[in-house]
Order: sequence, then C-alpha cells, then structure tokens
Amino acid sequence: MILSFFYHLGRFISLLRLMISKPENWSMYWKETVRQMNDMGVGSLIIVCLISLFIGAVSAVQIAFQLSEQIVPMYYTGYIVRDMTIIEMAPTLTCLVLAGKVGSSIAAELGGMRQKEQIDALEIMGVNTAAYLVFPKIFAALFIVPLLVAIAAFVAIIGGYLAVVPTGMITATEYVTGLRAFFVPYNINIMFVKGVVFGFTLTAIPAYQGYYVEGGSLELGQANMNAVVFSNIAILFCDFIITLMMT
Amino acid sequence: MIRAVNIKKSFDGVEVLKGISTIFEKGKTNLIIGRSGAGKTVFLKLLVTLMQPTEGEIWYGDVNVTNLNKRQLIDLRKDIGMLFQGSALFDSLTVEENIRFPLDMFTRKTKKEKQERVDEMIEVVNLEGSNDKYPGEISGGMQKRVGIARSIVLNPKYLFCDEPNSGLDPKTSLVIDELIQTITRENQITTIINTHDMNSVMEIGEKINLLHMGKLAWVGNKDEVVENENELLQNFIFASPFLQRLRKQALGK
Repeated sequence: MILSFFYHLGRFISLLRLMISKPENWSMYWKETVRQMNDMGVGSLIIVCLISLFIGAVSAVQIAFQLSEQIVPMYYTGYIVRDMTIIEMAPTLTCLVLAGKVGSSIAAELGGMRQKEQIDALEIMGVNTAAYLVFPKIFAALFIVPLLVAIAAFVAIIGGYLAVVPTGMITATEYVTGLRAFFVPYNINIMFVKGVVFGFTLTAIPAYQGYYVEGGSLELGQANMNAVVFSNIAILFCDFIITLMMT
Repeated sequence: MIRAVNIKKSFDGVEVLKGISTIFEKGKTNLIIGRSGAGKTVFLKLLVTLMQPTEGEIWYGDVNVTNLNKRQLIDLRKDIGMLFQGSALFDSLTVEENIRFPLDMFTRKTKKEKQERVDEMIEVVNLEGSNDKYPGEISGGMQKRVGIARSIVLNPKYLFCDEPNSGLDPKTSLVIDELIQTITRENQITTIINTHDMNSVMEIGEKINLLHMGKLAWVGNKDEVVENENELLQNFIFASPFLQRLRKQALGK
C-alpha cells in the first residue's frame, strides 16, 4: 500500500517533469490549450451556474430561517452567504463538480488514446506526448477554473438573493446591506488560490490516471473512477491545508 | 537499413526474445512473421524504439539507437513512419487534418504548401473525396490508407507496419500491400511489416523473418517459401490441409 503510493507519486512527478519541455510547435500547443479552455470553460459553465444558483439559494434560506426570531440582525444572511460562498462553497463545491465532469473526461480521453495506440502514434512521430497532451489541460485549468469559481461565487450570491428576497424572508435592503458588511478583500485571494490549486489537482490527477492506463475497458473504467475519487480527496485535502495556511 | 544484433528482451524474468540478429534492407518490404506469442510485436516495438532491449543493439544505418536519450529519440523519430494495427487515427480530426498533423507539428511550410502535400498524399492512397470525413465515418481499409498517408507525409526513411491487413478482406489487403510495396520502392525506404497474413507473405515478402518462441527460425524470401523444407515455416505458412495440398501440387508431388 505504502510502496504503491510512493510508486504512483514518483511516476506522477516524473510525468510532470516530462511535461515541461520546449514545444515542438508553439502554435499547435496554443491551439490545443485554447481548445481545452473552451471545453472546460464554456462546456462547464451551465452546470457550474446551475449548481451555484441552488447552493446559494439553499444556503440563504437555511441561514435566514436560523436567524429568524433571533437577536442577530437579518442582514447577517447576506453577510454569511457572501463569505461562505467566497471562502468555501464556490471554490470547493465547484471544483468537486468539475473533478467529476472535467476530470473523468480527461481520464477517458487520454485512456482511450492510450488504448487505441494514438499516444504511441504521437510518440513515433517525435511528439513529447506528456507535454502536448497533458500540459495544455493543466495550463488551461489554471486560468479557467479560478474564473469559473469567481462566476460560481457571483451566481451563488444572486441565487441567495432570489431565494430569500422575493419570498419575503428578508428585504432586499437587508440582503444587500449584509453583502456589503464586514467585507475582507483578502477572502477573494483565498478563493483564487483555491481555484488555482484545485484547477491543477482536478486536471493533473485524471491526466495521470488516463495517460498510464493499461489493459481494456475495465481498466479504463477503473482509471476514470480513480481519477474522480482521487481528485476529490486531493481537493478536500488541499482545501484543508490552504484554509490552515491562509486563515 | 536497420540491423538488429543479438536482441534479447525479458519481462519479469521471462525471456520473450532470445537473441535475434537480422538485417532489414533498404528499398525492400521486410516481413516479420510468426505464430501468436512468437514475440513479433515486442520485436517490432524494440525496432521502432518504443521499448528498450534487455540485451543487444539496434542500428539505424550507422547509428546505434539502443540507448538514445529522450531528445535524441525525438530527433530520430522524425525519420520514422508507423502504421498501427488499429490505424491509431485521431478521432477528433478529419482525414485531411490527420494527414496534415505531422506537417503542422514539425514543418514551417506555408498553408498552401501543406495543402499541396496533403492532396498529394490523398492521391497516393486513393482517398479523393474523403478529405472532410472523420475516422469513424470511413471503412477499416480507408482508415489504414489514411494511416499510411499520415506515416509517409514527412518522407520518412523507415516505415513500420503492425499487422496492416488485420480485419481487412483479402481484396483490400492486397490493395494495402501493393500500396506499401510501391511506396517502399519509389521512396527507397526501409519497410518492416509485422504480419500474420499469408497473402502478404506470398505477395510482398521480399525478405521474410520467421520468429518462433522468441528466436529467429528462418530467413528467406517469398520465392523460397514453397520449396523450402523448414518444418516450422511449412507448419506456419501452409497450416491447413487445403494449403498443404496446394503446396504439393505446386511442387508436382
């Protein structure tokens, strides 16, 4: 178990090292990076917005309900929704969802390419496959995931507003006052740091799982599952470490 | 020319190749044949530098390629073309884009020059009209032809074909064989074909290497196959009673 962990860790680091080299052709790498940005960003936008909208809505309703008939002012609903969303909900939940959607897609794409000998074909052509196939995915995620996280935070706050204001649980003024109260800009930094770290995690781990797939469809399925499970665990672990370090 | 010198390969202590020495000649279609498990695929992967031998050396002309580093391998591979058993075409690219891929990646040609080269290749492999189709929309034989076009688009010095006829009907197999032989002769490249197909052996076997249990059991050409009395060769080539009768008729027995 421990030996296996270090074996995979070593191979993972070696893959990352292989990935860093001068591209054979910058424009081809750029084209691939843009394709990945499009797939990750545009392809995940709807699901991210939908989930964030409901998370914001549910959080706001719960908080408003808990605060009702208490001595704590109702505008705290907006304040709590805002900070909870920015610090934790938007980066973590968005990235857990992306690990499922983007991560499994990366593992399946690379695993399928490995099984159909497309990776061997690229190697024979003289392409550094680790660099051409893995690097654009990770690089794209480092930019796109924080952006998606920021959009998720914004949508979640809107979701909260839509859930508690029109239903009359609190007034619009109270919610907006809450949003503007006790704002700490540093929290935005935490959100973006989490976005970048989770973006790396949810692409690098699935890429590793897919790139080294051996065997048939069962092994590909296993790699897909490992990609999602291990990225989720890694995201939660990194979340804990970042929270410890930055708060 | 490619030279294999005393090639040995082991996996987890099991010796799959047990010291193979042979020469693959330039301008000829060199075949590697043998029963399943004979070590053909491993041998081909060693020759194409996708694996390293446990012992022995592989020479491309005057260059020993056995222990090249990653950078040197990448340079060497620009002279190599390979047709894979399943064609290994990129699913998300059209026929034209698949063939153009090596040009895009490794050359600084203009768009017009690339298009001219792609059109030339499409004509060579008789795929006119299929430019915009995706691999999933064309037949297995057409996929092989796209694979051949992609593997020779950069004018390689060495062409490797892993089971080029697997899954194809006999007529299409002949078309693929003839295409490979023509390309080999016209471009004077060293072609190595790993095959099970007996039609290929008899049609384009300019140099045949029979592997058996990890050893080189026989070397010859298609003209020597019928008359040669090597038992392993005869058991492999003329495996069925029908083929054995045909051989006897050919020998006038």
